[in-house]
Amino acid sequence: MWDAFGFEFVNFYLIPGLVLGCIYALGAIGITLTFGILRFANFAHGEIMMSGAYLTWTVMAIAGYAGLTLHPLVAMVPATLLVILLFLGTDKFFYKPFRKADTIKVVMASFGMMLIIRSAVQVIWGPNQLTFVRGIAKPNSVLSDVSNDIGMMLIIPNKHLFIFAGTVIIVIALSYLLNRTRIGKAMRAVSDSPDLAHVTGIDVDKVIRATWIVGGICATAAGVFLVMDVQMLETTMGFRMLLPMFAAAILGGIGKPYGAVFGGLVIGLAEELSAYPWIGDTPLLSPGYKTGVAFAIMVIMLIVRPQGLFKGRSF
Amino acid sequence: MEAYVGYFLYFLSLLTVGGIYAIFALGLNVNWGFAGLFNVGIVGFAAVGAYTYALLTTAESTYHIGGLGLPLPFGMFAAMMTSAVIAGFIGLICIRLRADYLAIATIGIAEIIKLILKNETEITNGPRGINKIPRAWEHFSEERFYTSWPMSWFGTPENWEAFFDTLPNWYWQPLFAGTILLVMYVIYRMLERARTSPWGRMMTAIRENEPAARAAGKDVTRRRIEAFIIGAAIMGLAGSLFAQHLRLIEPTNTFDPSKVTFLVWVMLIVGGSGNNRGAMLGAFLIWTLWSASELFITGAIDLIGNIFSTLDPSILQTRAGFLRMMLIGILMQVILQRYPGGILPEVRPASPKADKNIAGTTGESK
Amino acid sequence: MNMGQSGAVLSLNNLRAGYGQTEILHDLSIYVNPNEIVAIIGPNGAGKSTAMKAVLGLLNITEGSVVLNGEDITDTPAQKVIERGISYVPQTNNVFVNLSVQENLEMGAWTRPTGVEARLDEMYDLFPDLAEKRNQAAGSLSGGQRQMVAMAKALMVDAKILLLDEPTAGLSPKYRGEIFGTIQKIKGTGVPILIVEQNAKQALGVSDRGYVLVDGANRHTGTGAGLAADPEIARMFLGGGH
Repeated sequence: MWDAFGFEFVNFYLIPGLVLGCIYALGAIGITLTFGILRFANFAHGEIMMSGAYLTWTVMAIAGYAGLTLHPLVAMVPATLLVILLFLGTDKFFYKPFRKADTIKVVMASFGMMLIIRSAVQVIWGPNQLTFVRGIAKPNSVLSDVSNDIGMMLIIPNKHLFIFAGTVIIVIALSYLLNRTRIGKAMRAVSDSPDLAHVTGIDVDKVIRATWIVGGICATAAGVFLVMDVQMLETTMGFRMLLPMFAAAILGGIGKPYGAVFGGLVIGLAEELSAYPWIGDTPLLSPGYKTGVAFAIMVIMLIVRPQGLFKGRSF
Repeated sequence: MEAYVGYFLYFLSLLTVGGIYAIFALGLNVNWGFAGLFNVGIVGFAAVGAYTYALLTTAESTYHIGGLGLPLPFGMFAAMMTSAVIAGFIGLICIRLRADYLAIATIGIAEIIKLILKNETEITNGPRGINKIPRAWEHFSEERFYTSWPMSWFGTPENWEAFFDTLPNWYWQPLFAGTILLVMYVIYRMLERARTSPWGRMMTAIRENEPAARAAGKDVTRRRIEAFIIGAAIMGLAGSLFAQHLRLIEPTNTFDPSKVTFLVWVMLIVGGSGNNRGAMLGAFLIWTLWSASELFITGAIDLIGNIFSTLDPSILQTRAGFLRMMLIGILMQVILQRYPGGILPEVRPASPKADKNIAGTTGESK
Repeated sequence: MNMGQSGAVLSLNNLRAGYGQTEILHDLSIYVNPNEIVAIIGPNGAGKSTAMKAVLGLLNITEGSVVLNGEDITDTPAQKVIERGISYVPQTNNVFVNLSVQENLEMGAWTRPTGVEARLDEMYDLFPDLAEKRNQAAGSLSGGQRQMVAMAKALMVDAKILLLDEPTAGLSPKYRGEIFGTIQKIKGTGVPILIVEQNAKQALGVSDRGYVLVDGANRHTGTGAGLAADPEIARMFLGGGH
């Protein structure tokens, strides 16, 4: 059973699907929080993710000149701070002026930001592909030995283990923030009703800043994890991630961070599993259409249940 | 003399491409300016129009399906219809939802369309694209046209060959540019008609105060879907003209969202959303800026390349292109914040009742 | 500057205000003294709720002033008004439905983050029904209970005055009585209350004084009992004409 089906399915479809799902989940958290709290679909989110990855690369490169070899997860920390500044700056100069205007104006501004940030990255880093580390990622030997002993060999490279662990830690921290801290509860309150938050005296500007910070941390992590996974940086990666992340946020219900995590995992798994030869020997869906899966799920959700699986906000 | 012809042709190409963008901008103005629909899938409708036109009008080919060699106007008409049908589907699903969802859905459908064009190699020749797309007026000098009816009825192939030999090889350029401007003008007139008609006034009413329009018994969703379809059909038509202009189309670089969707948006915002003249003005203005800045930057980089011979000018060249895109993005943000009306702000269709109400609600910050 | 009634906790003095250019309040004057319940009654569209929004700085005030304890707070933004001790309970959407009862109360204390625990205990004493539901989502409660949560949330700060916008709208008579009872209990804790109500008779019954608003200006003023007994007012709003 394991030899015939499980080995291939688990190692080449299920685990990559979960890895992709984690990346989508982290990206979708930022999107859903922004959509819930600031009430707009942030089209620049993917680009911010992408610039987080480029900043991480730069930190690694600078450390490299100094003779230090930094792991991307370490280099990510200063990069995250820069991404947060980028988010806050973008908000201050491009989104805040429209806070009291029709929300579609902010969506337009974010659409413009998408192009500005991407072009800026292309100007600074050039259009060519970069990479954190080269070479084939070897599977974690301890894990493969142990699992082989019980007859279910798992070949998971360390990078994937880092991605899983990182995602779990971030989601737990997020859950603590939202349920146990004052600012986190206020974020939920603003997401629930901005008008009531306003007349309750909640400092909505502070809540918005907190949202960008949380979104910035998750976005950088998502960008770095993606680059760790596919082992290359491209300026188009942010845009490619945008649709699956929106799909994940809509699937989970707008304004629902756990929904976004669940949605991200579902979309990631669906994209990978759609290429599994469920019937016969050929992939169920040509791998070229992977990105279409996210869109199809999103369209179905918009038709049957626009509020998402977890009863988010539907506008 | 040669130099003047060069300038003249450059001017014609500005008019040609500017005119195509103006048609895109008019289409977007129906979506956004009339109905407040945030369509960021312009590139998708452009691609649908371009490919429909290409598959129907090219000569038979082994690389892709079709190549039906149908008459050009038929191809253009079909391009409009295909775009309209796709817009109808999206409209039915998304228009009842908030604007953000339509934006996500349109950007999504544009990507899906490109995915299909890339993957269905049997039909579209995949990433290699379709070439030898017939361009209006120039196509007359192609053998397959002058050897067949109706041209063959007027003269033998030899006669035609001799005739085209007497013309300068750019003979089609003024005619093509003129055709595009004519198409643009016809669309403009029709849209102006629509705008001042009861339909157009209803669109304004819906955009200004949706609950009131709903309460007055207007079928808001239906009107919006209509506006979405009409706008998309115009974009499909512009897409077919784009295909004619380029003669070679492929899914990725031809239909780059930043160079189609985004540029058209900037054109409309700069020109003045809601104003058809503004849409056209914005298109020509931005396209001229875009195109002239390319010349300027190329010149500047050559100069830098000559002075610092160690630098590779090609690297600067690509980055300068990105810098230009970034500046256009910043221009859009500035216009959006400082001059939200654009160069030619919207002029509301005359309706004494509506004007009085609107006077009290606009220009207020609180 | 017209500082209004001396000794009043809150006074609105000759207020002209509205949304944008549309003026809704034309020359409105209202004051609330310490330890008083004051009711604003009037027909639909008379500007009752608008008066409250003017206090919160949510409107365009063209003339007149809002004074809190002798300090001019005209045109102060909502958050600052609330920091100064005006607590407001909107008519609808007055609880965070996805937050638990306790979290709602904690949010109410946003502007005074110290001593929240003690304050929570006080509130659970004042609203015993809420104590057992403290971990339940506010959205799962009944209309009357939500109103209680909203009031408790507003009282989490040391309110100098409590503004209630139609607290009994849409509630069953049983709950209405309960809410008015609670309002009197709140007054007992020393917080003056300004209340906007449709249920004029009951509102005037618990009020020390009342204002009748018509077309954005006060038409009648008097003691709660006095207004309730006025035959003209009875005919106008109290359904006493039949």
